Amino acid sequence: MYPPEFKVLVPSSLEEALKLLKEHGDNAKILAGGHSLIPMMRLRLVKPEVVIYLGKVPGLRYIRENGSTIKIGAMTTHGEIESSSLLAEKNPLLQETASKIGDLQVRNMGTIGGSIAHADPAADYPAALTALEATVVLKSLDGEREVKVDEFIQGPYFTDARPDELLVEVRVPSLSGRFGTAYEKLYFRATDFAIVGVAAYVEVDGGAFSRVRVGLTGVGDKPVRARQVEEELVGREASEASIEKAADLASEGLEPPSDVRASSEYRKKMAEVLTKRALTRALSKAKGG
Amino acid sequence: MSQQGEQLVKITVKVNGRTYTHEVPPRMLLVHYIRDVLGLTGTHVGCDTSNCGACTVIMNGKAVKSCTLFAFMADGAEIITVEGLASNGKLHPIQEGFRENHGLQCGFCTPGMIMTLYDFLNRVKRKPSEAEVRRAIEGNLCRCTGYVNIVRSALWAAERMYGGGGGGR
Ligand SMILES: Cc1cc2nc3c(=O)[nH]c(=O)nc-3n(C[C@H](O)[C@H](O)[C@H](O)COP(=O)(O)OP(=O)(O)OC[C@H]3O[C@@H](n4cnc5c(N)ncnc54)[C@H](O)[C@@H]3O)c2cc1C
Ligand code: FES
Ligand code: FES
Repeated sequence: MYPPEFKVLVPSSLEEALKLLKEHGDNAKILAGGHSLIPMMRLRLVKPEVVIYLGKVPGLRYIRENGSTIKIGAMTTHGEIESSSLLAEKNPLLQETASKIGDLQVRNMGTIGGSIAHADPAADYPAALTALEATVVLKSLDGEREVKVDEFIQGPYFTDARPDELLVEVRVPSLSGRFGTAYEKLYFRATDFAIVGVAAYVEVDGGAFSRVRVGLTGVGDKPVRARQVEEELVGREASEASIEKAADLASEGLEPPSDVRASSEYRKKMAEVLTKRALTRALSKAKGG
Repeated sequence: MSQQGEQLVKITVKVNGRTYTHEVPPRMLLVHYIRDVLGLTGTHVGCDTSNCGACTVIMNGKAVKSCTLFAFMADGAEIITVEGLASNGKLHPIQEGFRENHGLQCGFCTPGMIMTLYDFLNRVKRKPSEAEVRRAIEGNLCRCTGYVNIVRSALWAAERMYGGGGGGR
């Protein structure tokens, strides 16, 4: 299956890429790893006139620590995130999430910038990025702005990016202290998107939860925080009994879609079950398990 | 496959050690470039929907699904296909593993399986566990073997490449 004809432009600098975007804006699509765009073009679901390929733009592929922030270039692949020792130590939630995306080949090509910009409501990263209060940096010829991921993703395949803006960087916190994280993903086949995915991040202080963040993907139009669960747990005894009680609140207010893979009801139930599992595993890591 | 007036992109690719330069239409997929332009038909098209892995080749050291890349994305890259694995008439240990362990039946999935395992085994640099092998080939479907002998072939190859012992996680 060939997509319809298109014209490709291959900028060799960020400046040039931004100029091309400004010039072609609405008629153009950015091509990163291609693992969402190419399948969609082949099915003729999207038919861009112009494709701007980022593969030859230097300086978009890095993972580095900068104070309490870890900065990740948009073209960094899922595989590079999965095998980053910096992330394994200082943000294992993102690292674990990357390891659960697709399959080996998909992780070799797909990029974090592409995944976020694509805004698939069942994509894996958004659960972790929401829980981590991560931000993305958008750049255009007119300047640069930083937006929280849960504000950037506005709905299925719909983001806050203007047509002339490029997503250049993702920023996540560098975690320290007594923390634990876990990502629980429900899927039918190993390489599939999440039916429901839950990311948990907890901090423990003096036997009690001092910080709790829970992010969910696959349960609606966009990723959400389970704030009821977070509020219920903070200040409570850091125990499985507390989690047991709080996790049932995870589905409150959710209206997940029904589709061929799962019903809305099932997704709601699974949101609770996976929240419990993710929090339990995160807690055991925070306790040094 | 080029319509009149369609843009052509000049690409230079090193495939199995040989350098090629061609002009390709932007929408030509890498798998079609490899099969139809270079005539290397060991790389297969199984699903055409990015799911089966039969089209897997090594690009710059990493296993990729060549049906999910445009040929122009390979410009400047080094590619290895299943035809490039044997050297001086001697099979690569992974190929030998498949032969010795009955790792194939119809053989359609085999080139893709082998290329994925090539990336994986080069990366782990030790004998992996069975679970690790199964995870590595998640993106490769086989309709015949039930995977048991494929996993066995991979472990056999790993032992050849890195010696016994281990077993990993
Ligand atoms: C078989 C298969 C299984 C998969 N399984 C999963 C899974 O389990 N979980 C999961 O989360 N994902 C999965 N994916 C999707 C995969 O993670 C994609 O790689 C990812 O969603 C898109 O990244 P990309 O770099 O390939 O982007 P592309 O496909 O190149 O681009 C995707 C979209 O984002 C835009 N874009 C890309 N980069 C930028 C940028 N820097 N700035 C602005 N816009 C940009 C493009 O214009 C396009 O609209 C799977 C894909 C396949 C083919
Ligand atoms: S033909 Fe490429 S994944 Fe099936
Ligand atoms: S041997 Fe026939 S598909 Fe795998």
